[in-house]
Amino acid sequence: MEIPQELADHIDEVITHYPVSKRSAALPLLHLLQEHFGYLSDEAITWVAAKLELEPINILELVTFYPMFRQSPAGKHHIRVCRTLSCAMGGGYSLLDTFCKHANIEKPGGGHHAHLLKSSDGKYSIEFVECLASCGTAPVCMINDDFYEAVSEESVPELLKKYQ
Amino acid sequence: MSEPIPLLNVQIDGVWHQFPKGTRVIEACAQAGKFVPRYCYHPKLSSPGNCRMCLIEMGMPRMGPDRKPELGPDGKPVINWIPRPQISCAQDIAEGMGVKTDSPMVKECRHGVMEFLLINHPLDCPICDQAGECELQEFSVQYGTGGSRFREEKVKKPKHVELGPRVTLDDERCILCSRCIRFMKEVAKDDVLGFASRGSHSYLTAHPGRLLDSNYSLNTVDICPVGALTSSDFRFKMRVWFLKETKSICTSCATGCNTLIGSRQNVVYRQTPRENDHVNSAWMCDYGRLNFHFVNSTDRLTDPQIRHLSTLETASWAAAIARVGEDLKRFQPTEIAVIASGRMTNEELWLAKKLVDSVKTPNYDIVPRSGPADDILLNANRNPNTIGSQLLGLCSDEPGAKLQQIIDGVSRGHIKAVVALQEDLTAAGFPAKDLERLEALIVMDVLPNETTKRATTVLPSASFAEKRGSMINVKGRLQRLNRAVQSPGHAREDWETLRDVVQQLTGANGVYLIEDVFKQIAENVPQLQALSLSKIGDLGVQLEGVVPAAPVTASA
Amino acid sequence: MPAIVRTPHPRERRIVFKNIDREGWTTDIDCYLKDGGYEELKKALKMKPEEIVSEVKASGLRGRGGAGFPCGAKWGFIRPGETKPIYLICNADESEPGTFKDRYIIHQDPHQLLEGMIISCYAVNARLAYIYIRGEFPLGAKILERAIEEAKTHGFLGKNIGGTGFDLEIYVHRGAGAYICGEETGLIESLEGKRPYPRIKPPYFPAALGLYLSPTIVNNVETLCDVKHIVKMGGAEYAKIGRPNNTGTRLLCVSGDVQRPGYFELEVGGVTMGELIYDICGGLRPGRKLKAIIPGGSSAKVLRADERYKIKTKQPDGTTKDEEIGIEDILMDFDNLAAVGSMAGSGGVIVMDDSRDMVWALNNINEFYAHESCGQCTPCREGSLWMNKITTRLLDGGGFADDADTLKSVADNIAGRTICAFGEACAWPTQSFIAKFREDFLAYASKNGEKQV
Repeated sequence: MEIPQELADHIDEVITHYPVSKRSAALPLLHLLQEHFGYLSDEAITWVAAKLELEPINILELVTFYPMFRQSPAGKHHIRVCRTLSCAMGGGYSLLDTFCKHANIEKPGGGHHAHLLKSSDGKYSIEFVECLASCGTAPVCMINDDFYEAVSEESVPELLKKYQ
Repeated sequence: MSEPIPLLNVQIDGVWHQFPKGTRVIEACAQAGKFVPRYCYHPKLSSPGNCRMCLIEMGMPRMGPDRKPELGPDGKPVINWIPRPQISCAQDIAEGMGVKTDSPMVKECRHGVMEFLLINHPLDCPICDQAGECELQEFSVQYGTGGSRFREEKVKKPKHVELGPRVTLDDERCILCSRCIRFMKEVAKDDVLGFASRGSHSYLTAHPGRLLDSNYSLNTVDICPVGALTSSDFRFKMRVWFLKETKSICTSCATGCNTLIGSRQNVVYRQTPRENDHVNSAWMCDYGRLNFHFVNSTDRLTDPQIRHLSTLETASWAAAIARVGEDLKRFQPTEIAVIASGRMTNEELWLAKKLVDSVKTPNYDIVPRSGPADDILLNANRNPNTIGSQLLGLCSDEPGAKLQQIIDGVSRGHIKAVVALQEDLTAAGFPAKDLERLEALIVMDVLPNETTKRATTVLPSASFAEKRGSMINVKGRLQRLNRAVQSPGHAREDWETLRDVVQQLTGANGVYLIEDVFKQIAENVPQLQALSLSKIGDLGVQLEGVVPAAPVTASA
Repeated sequence: MPAIVRTPHPRERRIVFKNIDREGWTTDIDCYLKDGGYEELKKALKMKPEEIVSEVKASGLRGRGGAGFPCGAKWGFIRPGETKPIYLICNADESEPGTFKDRYIIHQDPHQLLEGMIISCYAVNARLAYIYIRGEFPLGAKILERAIEEAKTHGFLGKNIGGTGFDLEIYVHRGAGAYICGEETGLIESLEGKRPYPRIKPPYFPAALGLYLSPTIVNNVETLCDVKHIVKMGGAEYAKIGRPNNTGTRLLCVSGDVQRPGYFELEVGGVTMGELIYDICGGLRPGRKLKAIIPGGSSAKVLRADERYKIKTKQPDGTTKDEEIGIEDILMDFDNLAAVGSMAGSGGVIVMDDSRDMVWALNNINEFYAHESCGQCTPCREGSLWMNKITTRLLDGGGFADDADTLKSVADNIAGRTICAFGEACAWPTQSFIAKFREDFLAYASKNGEKQV
């Protein structure tokens, strides 16, 4: 696992944000490595543990707790659709289905689960996540780091076209 | 001498008690005879307060306008009861605190927690090792509702995880109390366990690259309230309600951790630590804990043997003792050597010294044994009774100092008769072929080895689990062993064998009760003055005026 | 995408949201400074820290994150003469379903938050502060980081701020998708790099044993912004806004079955539920009747639309009068929403009309809590998923008549028995939905063809 110098320097700088305890840098380091590599491999986990002078289990505990961290790659573009009450009332469930249809993502069992699902060509992945804090413009979603409000089902194909 | 700890007044279930400041509420309740059920709390570990089983009603004195407690008709403070139940494991008592341990609210809390713990718990009791010592079972009976309203699918988790070489984990049974995680971090100093995932799907695990292989891993099995962590050694071997538990001590190193030997019908199935704050807290190391299988071995020496030409033949005790007496009477004092052991009890050592004195030999010592120490319990000195050996005169301040000269004496043929007590001489530095040239080699041991094979007389011994006696640990604490199982075949306790040999040599009156042996010791060794075998008690006695055994460095 | 109406409603009083959706407004410091930004910080730095604390106490400001705890009292828990380092954390983990206000402050007016935060740090003598921002606001984190850089360049952060000898560093810390990090001690554990398991209290009250076991103040984004305005107008003036014990303005976020969902900054208790839904939000969808309202984020107990609420109202002469009111008459403040058996919470108002299936709605909420339970303590860990499984089974046609009672009983065994308020948060929806809409649950049970217990 090769960490480019720029990333390594950035990591060292981030650690200085936590002068009292290096362990606090765990989450930021995991974000940085996942942003760079697309996911957190076991090597990344042990690397972060060693860097912060912790045991690997201390990092594994975090990676498996927080849904934003994943231990296997997502699609090239990652979609998050909100499933919580106001968005569900606003059509969040059928929005998820529409995204799956247009992104060619199969839903095993046809249900709506929180697990990450990928299209077979690896271009898209989708997650049904909890409240994204924009309930007044339901239904909402994120694609990568971009946020979309009041997403109509008709707009989904156009939206996906922006992410190729 | 520090100031005395103040006593605080606490009302428990309507009765006022006093406890020292700093007492945990849950302990105060226990001391008042009101046991509060708990899972995650352990007196030797930090308190996370996560199981919620120890919820009780708590209150503090109602303060008057003068900011002093309002007093009721009984002259004691009136208690303002907090509407929400409180956990009792993470708070110390305070002056005027009130606690209710069996109110309707508390009973409801316990019903609730028990029900929650059981909804995803697998119905494994029929195959679970913890059955019979399972706190889920016990508290379910005492505090649970007795029925289940759960109709859903239980959460599935890994059921047979080899967490380490000695511990097997069943994640479905785990109630996520975190005792094991805290133990490994706080006591074993090996932060290797943790929880993965979240919510109801959380499960105990180690990182795939690491094993739970610490020398203290089996303590997690002891403290696991349920059958999630099990000893791979003990798994499926025996139902615990069949085990007789004998209080004893570990003899694998000089620490002398207090133990319970679990046995049934003369088979030892397991050893578990017994709490003694002066020695081992509530723990013992895996090495000592598992060092009992040899007791059950089918290779055990069961009968005395006497050599006729090239073979050892079974003999009676009378014949063997007679032969020993004949052999030893043939030689001059300087031609005899007695190699005793730091693994012998004080009683055995006392009689071994009598043997040394009766043959008047200057050639005697114990065999020093050492290994790597850790900073927790395992001592580098692997002999459990070095101080006893010194006090009773079987070795000097430097155990083993005379060993080399005895080895040379045997080699050169000056020493013609050796008595080896519970030691394999070939492991102590004696070349095997030198032993073969001895005219008399009298050996007392539990298992056959290179020395017994070359003996002229073999006297089968009782193992540590088969005898009573006392030992002195590295800190000068006198502790006792108790008999858990009977010796196999005709093997006998060494003190009796030695008594018989001495009687054979001297014709003097023997001593027939081990208590009397100890009495003799007490009369002759000032540090043990006024003590008796029974006065030692289950937790031992700290001796005064005892020089701790010189620190032993680990041998290469 | 449909255009979203963002102009303030005439009934609003935009103090904290003054710059949100403002024409020509940008997030850089120059825009903020040109508008008079950081003047309040300069004013605060001329005051003594204790004076600022007094102003906040006098203002009656109650936390805007959900608990509504008086901010001045919280600050006052720090021991005078405290020698351990004091930390301040901005809780920007906005995750309570129904709530969407802090998002806009972060993304559109970051310097207001920073200014309020710096003033607050100065008031409590915190020299190191963190903004804990939810992981799903990656753009917001970048905006805040840039704002911090700008503030530093202008001498509002760093060493010897304004020549007062007061040093302060603020760092942005991103979460990674856990609602429990909005709980102040869960947040602290997360910031320490551990699994975000909330701490037991006693003894871990943040003001005594918080971040790194040092005294720590955790405040919501909106609350910290309010501090700036309190310094500006003075605590007594602020207290004149709103109602006694329910002072100031607050952001209400309305979503669900209304014509114009959105965010509205209103005087606390300045509108009734009816005025909020019908006047400000344009009423319900055509042909629909109101069925239920969750008034304070999904953790708040649901209010049934056709219920009559018995409350005691304080009269001008000091006496109290028993009154019976309808849902439309409930004043949107902390005390009144508590009086009718719910709470103002995070200000997230979710409106449900008669097209909504209450069992479906509860199931949706239960799934949220089952996903978000950290799993530390027994009742919530086991009970949250159990309640979810029951409501799912009800929806799938496998319900029994006693499921309603079981649901209530499970919820009763969680609330009040857990380490943190997540227990109440996951239990109250079930307790209130069953209490108010029991017939809906029984109706589901009777759809089950199997013989019922």
